[in-house]
Order: sequence, then structure tokens, then C-alpha cells
Amino acid sequence: MTTATLPVYTKKDFQTDQEIRWCPGCGDYAILSAVQMVFADLGIPREKFVIISGIGCSSRFPYYMNTFGFHTIHGRAPAVATGLKIVRPDLEVWVATGDGDSLSIGGNHTIHMLRRNVGLKVLLFNNKIYGLTKGQYSPTSEVGKKTKSTPFGTTDRPFNPISLAIGSEATFVARSVDVFQQHLKDVLRKAAAHKGSAYVEILQNCNIFNDGAWETVTEKDARSENIVQLEHGKPLIFGKKRDKGIRLNGLDLEVVQLGNGITEKDLLVHDEKHPRAAYAFLLAHMEQRPGFPTPIGVLRSWDQVPRYEDLINDQIREVQARRGKGDLAKLLRSGDTWELKA
Amino acid sequence: MPLTTIELPKRKREVIDQAVIRFCGDSGDGMQITGSQFTNTVALYGNDLATFPDYPAEIRAPAGTLPGVSGFQVHFSSSDVYTPGDSVDVLVAMNPAALKMNLPDLKTNGILIVNLDSFKENDLRKAQIVTNPLEDHSLDGYRLFAVELTKMTRAALKDLGLDAKSMDRCKNFFALGMCYWLYNRSMEPTHGWLQEKFKNKQQLVQANKLAMQAGYSYCEATEAFQISYEIPPAKLAPGVYRNISGNAALALGFVAASQKAGIPLFLGSYPITPASDILHELSMYKDFGVITFQAEDEIAAITSAIGAAYAGALGITSTSGPGMALKTEALGLAVAVELPLVICDIQRGGPSTGLPTKTEQADLLQALFGRNSEAPIPVLAPSSPGDCFWIALEASRIAIKHMVPVIVLSDGYLANGAEPWKVPTIEELPEIPVHFETNPEGFLPYRRDPVTLSRPWAIPGTPGLEHRIGGIEKQDVTGNINYEPLNHEHMVRLRAAKVESVANDIPPVIPEGDESGDLLIIAWGSTHGPITAALNAQREKGRRVGHVHLRYLNPLPRDLGEVISRYKKVLVPEMNMGQLLMILRAKYLVDAQGYNKIQGKPFKTSEIEQKIEEMLGLSPSVAVEDDTDEQAGE
Repeated sequence: MTTATLPVYTKKDFQTDQEIRWCPGCGDYAILSAVQMVFADLGIPREKFVIISGIGCSSRFPYYMNTFGFHTIHGRAPAVATGLKIVRPDLEVWVATGDGDSLSIGGNHTIHMLRRNVGLKVLLFNNKIYGLTKGQYSPTSEVGKKTKSTPFGTTDRPFNPISLAIGSEATFVARSVDVFQQHLKDVLRKAAAHKGSAYVEILQNCNIFNDGAWETVTEKDARSENIVQLEHGKPLIFGKKRDKGIRLNGLDLEVVQLGNGITEKDLLVHDEKHPRAAYAFLLAHMEQRPGFPTPIGVLRSWDQVPRYEDLINDQIREVQARRGKGDLAKLLRSGDTWELKA
Repeated sequence: MPLTTIELPKRKREVIDQAVIRFCGDSGDGMQITGSQFTNTVALYGNDLATFPDYPAEIRAPAGTLPGVSGFQVHFSSSDVYTPGDSVDVLVAMNPAALKMNLPDLKTNGILIVNLDSFKENDLRKAQIVTNPLEDHSLDGYRLFAVELTKMTRAALKDLGLDAKSMDRCKNFFALGMCYWLYNRSMEPTHGWLQEKFKNKQQLVQANKLAMQAGYSYCEATEAFQISYEIPPAKLAPGVYRNISGNAALALGFVAASQKAGIPLFLGSYPITPASDILHELSMYKDFGVITFQAEDEIAAITSAIGAAYAGALGITSTSGPGMALKTEALGLAVAVELPLVICDIQRGGPSTGLPTKTEQADLLQALFGRNSEAPIPVLAPSSPGDCFWIALEASRIAIKHMVPVIVLSDGYLANGAEPWKVPTIEELPEIPVHFETNPEGFLPYRRDPVTLSRPWAIPGTPGLEHRIGGIEKQDVTGNINYEPLNHEHMVRLRAAKVESVANDIPPVIPEGDESGDLLIIAWGSTHGPITAALNAQREKGRRVGHVHLRYLNPLPRDLGEVISRYKKVLVPEMNMGQLLMILRAKYLVDAQGYNKIQGKPFKTSEIEQKIEEMLGLSPSVAVEDDTDEQAGE
């Protein structure tokens, strides 16, 4: 076995000399920092990384990463990245996007990327607001939200990005939070290791237009009551005293208090490989129910589904093996031809 | 029982120069296949030819109705052919609806073959015909052959054990057999095609062969026709030929470009009439490493191709007008990030969904200007089905050399029409040099080649070249985000100058016909055929007329203005409201006149000729011929 020396990087190697133009205090800084640290540790040559983005605050991401980067147009990053990844399956292609970019104007590309299982890692910066256009509601904003474009409150029902991803047959779906650096890096590393599409929703604070949108999740005193950390093979326990759990009850979930005869053994044990869509849906919908915590961590990780770019390139290799590599002169003369002599 | 309305001389074979046949019938009657087979056979024989498939947008309109009529016209000759022909010598009409729709194009005393079995009361009603034209003497001016196509086909196939429906599906080959007899053509090429097409269905091979043979024998035995024709091979330049449609030629051209450039071909496309065949064709060439991506929409089709170009592939996207509209924003992105890309717009009638299966040239201004802000893009247009091959190569070459998106404007007429195409040797193909930047020393993403003004193609995965690009305005050379006023003006002018520099490679304008004179015709795209035919006819009459057919619409050739100045008048025929006309008038301050036909149909030679005569003061003013009668019901 030859020992190729793996590149050794620090976070600094992934920083650029560009002035960062996010508002001071924006959650994007924390995400940038986590991604830079994770990239440095992956043992992958820097030139193999490409970051593709659409439009919005989050989509400025590539300019601040010292990798190859392409800031495209609104909503289309998954499609640009798909073309790139098909031609170059060897590259590590990450998509930086937001709730408007990915779920509104780019919703179509998002679902098709996920169903195809293109080997892209998607960072969905979800701040439940349009930041760059200065404060209109987004497709993840809660009903009734008063914004610049909805002075009397929104009447739109929001998307749950995790549900949408699961419904699109995504093979890796996870959620983390901008300020949970360790958790975020953990999730990003798992996303990096996943072969197919990895969809990571990052709950991100926009301190200018939607400050505190994720307060119940991030606020130090409240967070342990309102979050359940999903870990593969472990029971779903939460609460400051780790005294509450999630139990399966028929086709539904319920929150139970541990003790009084209820032990960890009664709780649902997280299975990120669970083959049924219903399982991940149940988890995804918890946060919308009173008394239920918001799940973070990896909701689904299916590792047996082939990557789209591999299927395409395998098919080409298979045809070439069967027919031989194309001969242009022969191709031009194919079909019925006739010759006219001088 | 066959009827002949005109007494013909005793059976003989006459050598003639050319003929035009149109097969028409219901969409389900196999008229496109019948026409293609006849075309293939005459092509193999060595005739020059041009075809015009004309079919409805509906896949299967109700059988027997006027909207369901599908036609295929082929013009073949022992001399040069430029158009599918203004009018037809032989009309094969499989039902009353087809007869009603197509009869106006049949020459007086032309041959008319109809399926007698489909002229029952019900058939006539579906075609909204009150009295049976086979009985009311309205067809007296033609040589009518009312043949029991259905009945005789069934008789020929009775021993094969097929059901009636399957047998009836072969009646088009009975008609094909008749036409082969009429023009003394061998049935061998069609036998070969049947064998290939129905490899695993020998019964269908047999059935179609028998039907075709029956049609042939019918003519031989019954002496229905008193005469048959012989059209000797054309005197084309020596070489190997094949018959090719515009879309197939585009696909081949892109495969050739990819091979010459030594980079993979990536087509991102979303199905749309009449461009889908490019996707179909290219999806077959996996042995050439061709990647075809049927995207979720038109936008993903172009943006995936941009992603592929970013990765170092030859990125292509193919569409028609409505799809072109959707791709607009992404075109601007390709302009801004300066990546090579080829966009094929196979134009059709519009606006909106318009006439999906009919031709038009009305996307020119959209191609030139249809983007936000100043976003110049080179625009090329092929002039014939075979020229589509060369345009694909040229568009790819320009895109790569100048790092720009390039638009190819074909149209439905070129896309589906076919002509004999002289197959080039590999040596005849242009070189398409590709240089991927690999040297990190002093690398900057927008540092330009001083001649082509192109920036380096620095593909992801190259060590030391990590950099960022995007749609935001950037500083020249460094590519850093930059909103400064003077930088923006500099970049706008630079992108324009880069596109303008494409003109350095455009060959000088050499008019066809007279190099100076009374009238210059300037045109582009699929009108080349009828204009050439009209030009030749007019020059034979001594008129001093020249013709410039523009393959480069942006930038225009640098010497075009000088060429224009050599003529007294300028005529610009277009299948739109005068789009090139507007450009020429603006750019050259010339009092050019337009001649515009917007009927979803190509110009007829006679129309162009009349217009030339009018411009020369030789005939009264003409309007485009009103084809309303033929279009009834569509």
C-alpha cells in the first residue's frame, strides 16, 4: 500500500483575503468558521473543494472560502453543482444556500437534486427571513409573522425543510444550529462522509431582520428542554435533567416522563438508517407540536443508494466497454451513405 | 376500382429533371415514415433533394379530422435542389381531410393518389366536406387515381394472420410501393430499413414488404399509370454523402467539436418541440463519452451546462423560444463569469406556446438583446440542414476561444428538413484548441489574453488555482467583487469588445450572384434555399441581383457595410416582422426593405421572385401569398 501524504491544513488555509460583508453578529460567521475547521481536517486537497451558491446573504459564502467557488444566480446552485459534479465526480462540491434561495425560487432544483441523489453537500442557512432584500417573510417564516411585506402578518403556511427533504427521498438529512459549534462540526463531518446528497439545515440567526427566531432552541436555559439530540442507536432523551423521552405509541410519538416505571428501555431508539419514510417524518414534525422538542442531529442517513453522477458515468463506461470508444470518422459516415465518384 | 380522369398516352418511361411528392394523411397513417423512406431511397440513388415534414402539434388529433393531418414533402432532382418545392407534382392523400388541406398545392394536371376506401360518408363528414370530391368533378383538373388502398393491402396480407388493424397500418407502404414504381426506384433500401427496424418482429417486416410489393405490382399489372418517370442522379461534388436533418447535424457537429477539442460534451436539456431531437440524438453517443442530462426545467438545463463548462466540459443546451425565454437570466450569468457555452434555439412560431411544430425566425432580437443590462453574446445561424453541422463546430470554437456563451439560431424548418450532406473527413474539421490554466504563478481569474480578450479557463481541481467567480460585478484581472462606477463601465465595454473581437475570424462577405448591381438580398437562416432558387432564376433573366446570407449575426462581418454600398437597393426577406431589417437599418443607415412572412411556413421561391421583380420595378406590389385555405382548421 502506498502512503500518499494527506495534506495538513489549518482553518486559516481556508480563509480568503476578502472583506466579509455580513452584518456584525450574523450567525453566518459561526457557520463559516465551522466549515473552515471541518474542511481543514478532512484530509482532502484544498483544490478539490468547490462551493456553489445562489443569491442571498448565505450565498456570499464562497467568497470567504479559499477553495474554488461559484456565486451563481438565485435558486440555481443545485443545478449548476449537478452539472459540475457529473463532469467531475471526484470533486467535493458543497452548496451554500438559504431558505429563500433553496425553498422558494430554487425549490424545484432542490427536490430534483435530492431525488437524484447527486453527491452534493447542501448547507441550508435557515433564518426564516429574507435578509439581503431587507426583511420580507420567507417560505419558512411562521404563520402570522409581521414583516416588511406582510405588515398585517403572513398568511402562508411555512415549509418544514427537513420534511421537504425527506419527501424528496433525500438520503442524508440533518439539522444543526449556528451557535452549537461542536454539534455543527460533527454534523458537517458526517455530511462530508456521506456519498450522496447531504442536506443540512442550519438554524441561523439573522440579528438584523429576525433576531431571536431560534431563541427557544438556542437560549441557554431553555435549550435542553426544547431540543432533542438525535444519536444513532441511542434513545431519544431530553430535558435539563435528561428526564424526558420520546416513546412510540402506535403510529405516533409521545413525550413521556422517565420514572414511575418508565425507563430508557421504553423509549424510541434512534435509527438514522430506518428504511421507512414515516420514521423520519415523525421526527421532523415533532417541533411543530406543543410540548415536543426540536430534533437536531442526523435524521436520516441512507448509505446504500447509488450516487447520480456514478450511475451516469458507469453507464458511459458500460456502453464504451460494449461498443468500444467512439470513432468519429465512422460516426460521420453512419447510416445510409452513398459515394459519388469524380 | 381505379379511375383515371384523363386519357394518358401508352405506358412509357420518361426521363425528367425533377419532381415533388407530398405524402399526407392522418397523424396515425405513418406519413413521416413513408416520406422518410422515399427520401432515403432517392438520396441513395444520388438525387439532390430537400424535404419538408409538416405535422400537427397534437400527437393524435381525432382520426380523420383536419387538425390531424400530417404531411411530408420531398423535392428530388438530377440538378441542384434548394427548396422542398413551391407546389407538388404528386400528391398522395390517405383521407379526405388530407386531400382538402393539401390539394391547393398540387399542380394542375398533377398526379393525385387517394385511398378510395377512406372516402365514405363518415370520412367526408370528419373532414367537413359536403359532396364527395371523387364524384363531383372538382378533381377534373388532376390525374386522379382513386385506389382501394385499404382493401388491397388487406388482400396482400391475408395469409399472415394479422388482425385488421395491424394490416391497415401497412397501407402507407402500399402507397410507397406505388411511388417507387412511378419513379422507377428500387425497394431494396426500404427492405433493409424494415429488417433493421423490426429486427425482432419478422411478421411486421413481412407485412410491410408485402404491402409495398403489392403497391408496386398493382401499378405494374393494372397499367393504372400509363407512364413512369426516371430522374437521373444529380451531379454533386464527388464524395461520400448521407441524408441529414438539421437537428441530427447539430448533434453530430457537437460530438465532432468535443472530439476535436478533446473535452467531454455535456448537454443539459429539457424536452421541447422542435429541439428535442438534439437531446435524443446526443443521448445515443455514450460511446463518445457524451453526457446528456434531461433537467427538471429549462433553467436547470442551462445552469447545469454552465456547471459542466465550469468543470471543463463543452457545455451545450438546446431549446426553442419559450425555453429560451426561461434561460435568459442564466445567459447573463454565463456572460458575467465568462465561461464557454453553446445555446441552441430551434425557433418556432410564437409568442408563448405559439405554433410548436411550425417554423419562424422571430427570436433574433431575443437572442441579440434578450437579457438584462448590457450582455452581448455572439449569435450564429445555419443556412441549411447540413450547415447545422458546421455551425455547431464554429459555435463551439468561438465559445472556447473567447470564453463566451454563443447562441445558435436554427428553426423548425432546418431542424426537421433534410438534405444530402457531403460527409467531411476528419482532416477537414477545424481545430478547436483548448487550454486549461495550470500554472499558479501569477494566476488571476480575469487576466486576459490581449487578442481574444478571454480570461483563463481554470477548472476546479487544479492545485493552486483556487479562486471565486460569480454574477456580481467584478474587478477586471482579479475578479474581486467591485461596485466602482468606472470599473463597471470598463467591464461593460470589455465584454462588448470581446464579443466584437469574434469578427476577426469571420471570413469576408462574398455575395452569391452579382457582386454589385441593382439589388442585394440580405438574409439569414433557413431562407437560404428559396432565396438561392429565386436568385438563380432572376439572374437567368438578366437581373443584376446579389445575395448575402449571414451566418454571423453578432458580430456582423466587418465588410458588410462596404458590400451593401455596391447595390442600389437592399431587400431583407425574413420569417418575422423585420428583425434583421431593424438591425441593418440601424447599423448601416441603409434604406433596406423587408419582406416578411409569418405563417409558420417557409418562403416559396415564387414569392421571393415576385418581390425581387417588384423591387426592380418590373411588377406591381406583392403581398405574401395568403395561405389561409390550406391552414383551415389548424
